[in-house]
Amino acid sequence: MAHAETHAAEAHAAHAPQAFIWRYVFSKDHKVIGVQYYVTAMLMALIAGVLAMLIRLQLGWPEKTWPGLGNVLSKGFTDGVMNPEFYAMLFTMHGTIMVFFVLSTAPVSGFGNILIPLQCGARDMAFPFLNGLSFWTFLPGCVIIVASFFVGAGAAAGGWTSYPPLSALRGAIPGSEMGQTFWIVGMVFFIASFTMGGLNFVTTILNLRTKGLSMMRLPLTIWAMFLVAVLGLLSFPALTAGALMLLFDRHFGTSFFVPGGLTLSGQVVEHQGGSPLLWQHLFWFLGHPEVYILMLPALGFTSDIIAAFARRPIFGHKSMVGAMIAIGGLSFVVWGHHMFVSGMSPYLGMAFAAFTMLIAVPSAVKVFNWLATLWRSRIITKTPMLWALGVVSLFISGGLSGIWLGQSAPDIHFHDTYFVVAHFHLIMAGAALFGVFGATAMWFPKMFGRMMNDGLGKLHFWFTFIAYYCTFFPMHYIGIAGHMRRIYDPYQYEFLKGLQPINQFITISAFVLGASQVIFFVNFFWSAFKGEKASENPWHAGGLEWTTPSPPPHGNWPGEIPEVHRWPYDYSVPGAEKDYVMQTDPTPVGQLSKAHS
Amino acid sequence: MARLQGLLFGLATLVLVVVATVLFTTDWLPPLKSDRLGIDHSIFITLLVTGFVFIATNLLLAFFAWRYQDAPGAQASYWHDDPRLEWSWTLVTAAIMFGFLFHALGLWAQVQSPAPPDAMVIEVTGQQFAWNIRYPGPDGVFGRTDAKLVDPAALNFIGLDKSDPSAADDVLMPQNQLYLPQGRPVKLRIRSLDVIHSFFLPNFRVKQDAMPGMAIETWFVPKEAGEYEIACAEHCGLGHYRMKGQVHVVPAAGFDAAVAAAIE
Amino acid sequence: MPLEVLEAPPVRDAGTGSPPPGREAPRGGGDSRGPLPFDPTRFGLMAFLGSASMLFVGFTSALMLRRLSPDWQPLRPPGVLLLNTLALLASSVCLEAARRRLRAWDLAGMRARVDATGALGVLFVVGQAFAWRALAAQGIYLSTNPSSSFFYLLSGIHLVHLAGGLAWLAVLVTRARRMTVVPGADGLGLFALYWHFLGALWLYLLVVLFVI
Repeated sequence: MAHAETHAAEAHAAHAPQAFIWRYVFSKDHKVIGVQYYVTAMLMALIAGVLAMLIRLQLGWPEKTWPGLGNVLSKGFTDGVMNPEFYAMLFTMHGTIMVFFVLSTAPVSGFGNILIPLQCGARDMAFPFLNGLSFWTFLPGCVIIVASFFVGAGAAAGGWTSYPPLSALRGAIPGSEMGQTFWIVGMVFFIASFTMGGLNFVTTILNLRTKGLSMMRLPLTIWAMFLVAVLGLLSFPALTAGALMLLFDRHFGTSFFVPGGLTLSGQVVEHQGGSPLLWQHLFWFLGHPEVYILMLPALGFTSDIIAAFARRPIFGHKSMVGAMIAIGGLSFVVWGHHMFVSGMSPYLGMAFAAFTMLIAVPSAVKVFNWLATLWRSRIITKTPMLWALGVVSLFISGGLSGIWLGQSAPDIHFHDTYFVVAHFHLIMAGAALFGVFGATAMWFPKMFGRMMNDGLGKLHFWFTFIAYYCTFFPMHYIGIAGHMRRIYDPYQYEFLKGLQPINQFITISAFVLGASQVIFFVNFFWSAFKGEKASENPWHAGGLEWTTPSPPPHGNWPGEIPEVHRWPYDYSVPGAEKDYVMQTDPTPVGQLSKAHS
Repeated sequence: MARLQGLLFGLATLVLVVVATVLFTTDWLPPLKSDRLGIDHSIFITLLVTGFVFIATNLLLAFFAWRYQDAPGAQASYWHDDPRLEWSWTLVTAAIMFGFLFHALGLWAQVQSPAPPDAMVIEVTGQQFAWNIRYPGPDGVFGRTDAKLVDPAALNFIGLDKSDPSAADDVLMPQNQLYLPQGRPVKLRIRSLDVIHSFFLPNFRVKQDAMPGMAIETWFVPKEAGEYEIACAEHCGLGHYRMKGQVHVVPAAGFDAAVAAAIE
Repeated sequence: MPLEVLEAPPVRDAGTGSPPPGREAPRGGGDSRGPLPFDPTRFGLMAFLGSASMLFVGFTSALMLRRLSPDWQPLRPPGVLLLNTLALLASSVCLEAARRRLRAWDLAGMRARVDATGALGVLFVVGQAFAWRALAAQGIYLSTNPSSSFFYLLSGIHLVHLAGGLAWLAVLVTRARRMTVVPGADGLGLFALYWHFLGALWLYLLVVLFVI
């Protein structure tokens, strides 16, 4: 039997398609698809990053003219001054692209695809064809979203949340002409792609684990991916429903979201009885789980990286799993905390505030567990570890401000101010981004068979870490002072004028942050082609993915898929030969020793 | 050299803690001019508790990142579970969060409670990109409005139906001018003509979305006479940033005169 | 969108989890582990049905909220809907009969019943088109009232899912012609899961649209 299996595996490896187009373009291999997703997400990040720079430019010096920029972006500028409608497109598309096409895509669709079969001990995903189809549905979504800048009056400008009636009435803002329709269609493509990915994730993780790999022996990364897939499958349909109804309101005269009795620039609006609140409920029913779709993978990467580089088993493994399940479950019942001042019933507000406070508990448990893992550890501070420490730091900073916002009454003051912007950039965007950078450095060998340059990686970390805090931490202060989000010119208000030096400091920090990403792109592409060749297990880590060559061949293991005997966190085990024990090692030490059973 | 990165991370975290803490000692809130002191108290308590946790966890993180750097002869401990410790910090966190919750719910109930019967009722109607203020006049009843009657040229921005008897004494203020009586509860009835706006009074800790199709009420007591700003806090279109107004809090005795003067 | 439905139909034996004889270990798969806890394709389909259910939960909870508005006027169901519903249910019954024939090695009987399943499915689609035309003839269009908006929208989205099912069925019919649907391999079982889901979903939509 064993012989037959080896034979089958060799046959599998030999069956890898040889033609370039089937191997690297329309591939069904999870590693290729993962890298395709990852690189696409990085290119989208580049676009969304440039949008962010333009937002900051305007906020730093709202009254200045930029003739040079005006010539390049002639549609967005008039006589060197940015147009307010262009500014609205910038923040709308920055949010949309970053949330969905970068920070959902790179960690989940990118690393999920690369890591799930490798860490589960599978030859590929459960449905490889569906997996390839998923990427080729995602790509048109990206193209449509980017193309929306060039249609009619420009891209969607109703905010990434696309609240109707602003997003439903074509005359409400220039971006609500064709741009908003492109936004909806792009999102539908994205959701279809994410659904196909999610089906693959749950099925692969539940069905295709190798022998001996029980759920509790899975790395926390895989647990995160599993929960993320479940969250995505259950929450994205609400946005699909909402987006289709919005499309109908916009083009076919229905009134799902637009109430009656409205006038827009003197014209009576021909809609009756719709409810804008209904959209907010549908949107945030997705929107809040979506936050955890971004964040859970980063928390998983961080746990795995910290264990490997602190040479300690992750502390409180069971409570880590439990905390992630609790966060995932609670994320379905907290969406209303985005709507405390929307006019929703105050009783509902109470319930949502209660669940929101509750979700802080599993989040705190994760921080304490990480700290306990670092205690009496032996830290080897390579690039991945720096990013993991960065995630812990951002998770603390961003998590604590959540307690400010989750209490419904103080949120009356903070709602839609820069305090919220600070909060979610630190915890959701920052933790997810740092997690992706950490995972990139960690699993680069399994992506390209080479090591990322450690020196450049550290340089990139330090610039990013410091600039990130300098950009987003001061936003707390201007938010407390009442600085509203999404305003084009803070000079309009007396109470904001004094905050302008802080805005300028933030802008300069943001430029440094943006510029330092060049280090990453250089490092990434240089290392992918010219980096030092990686060995099978360059970090001396214990996980299953480190038992196969870097990069793994088609079919992932050249021979039989190894059997698993323990969890991936047996580091510094007393009585073991080395300071780590591979997951595939049956030696009765660590988790397998008598003392532990 | 090997320990440099840990040292740097520890120092960076230390700088973050010190700078953040020093900056949080400044009072960033706009000066409070209403009776919603509870919100400021709540923010202050939250600042103290989260500030303590912020400092404590960051100091631990900084210390561990520096102290447990790899060195010759270093040995990591193999210790990965301690149910008592884990349960204690879970329960302590839960207890703190319940404390916050009870406090927050009490305050929320207070803020959302029905306005006192003697509150002055004022209607605020948002439109792209201005605030329309209306007083019901001596009869205390707002006249009917109809979107078909909106006529900016005749300064009838909200579509007031002049044939409605209760509309006759309605007072329509010049756009963006809100007069409030000092020391008397005011009940705002917030509506919108087109898209979602958010009526934001930074100095009064008041923010309420103006939701098309709904009339949402919120009440408070202006405490101090003076001039303050109204802002729009919900993205409402390309002029969102300039959708601002003026609040004039005047002594209750001179209120009618001030309104009359403003209409002139 | 039931895109995964378009994927190659199942080859696994739901009973033992082992691939049918004569086929190499398909797809991914831990080839060093024992029997799988359950068939991955069946599980993947169930996960998809869970996600699709959430789509309709989203739509129908929106409907529940929207109908509270005073402008809601109840919609009178066109009579043809009754016939459509019967056709769809009969189609499900036929499919079950086909599976029973397959288990009894009556391949000719199986083929006839699979064909009938498809024919009744097509009849449902045509009937839905008639229902829309009947409404339009009364002057009730998509934007006439929220109740009609929801009817057109929900029946439309349901029809999109059903069209996916018919495409899948077309593949099965072809396979039944070529005799590659093997008794025991449960080639119809997965499709039946999807098809009955669509039937149950339609009943649910009828209840939400017209009964409560």
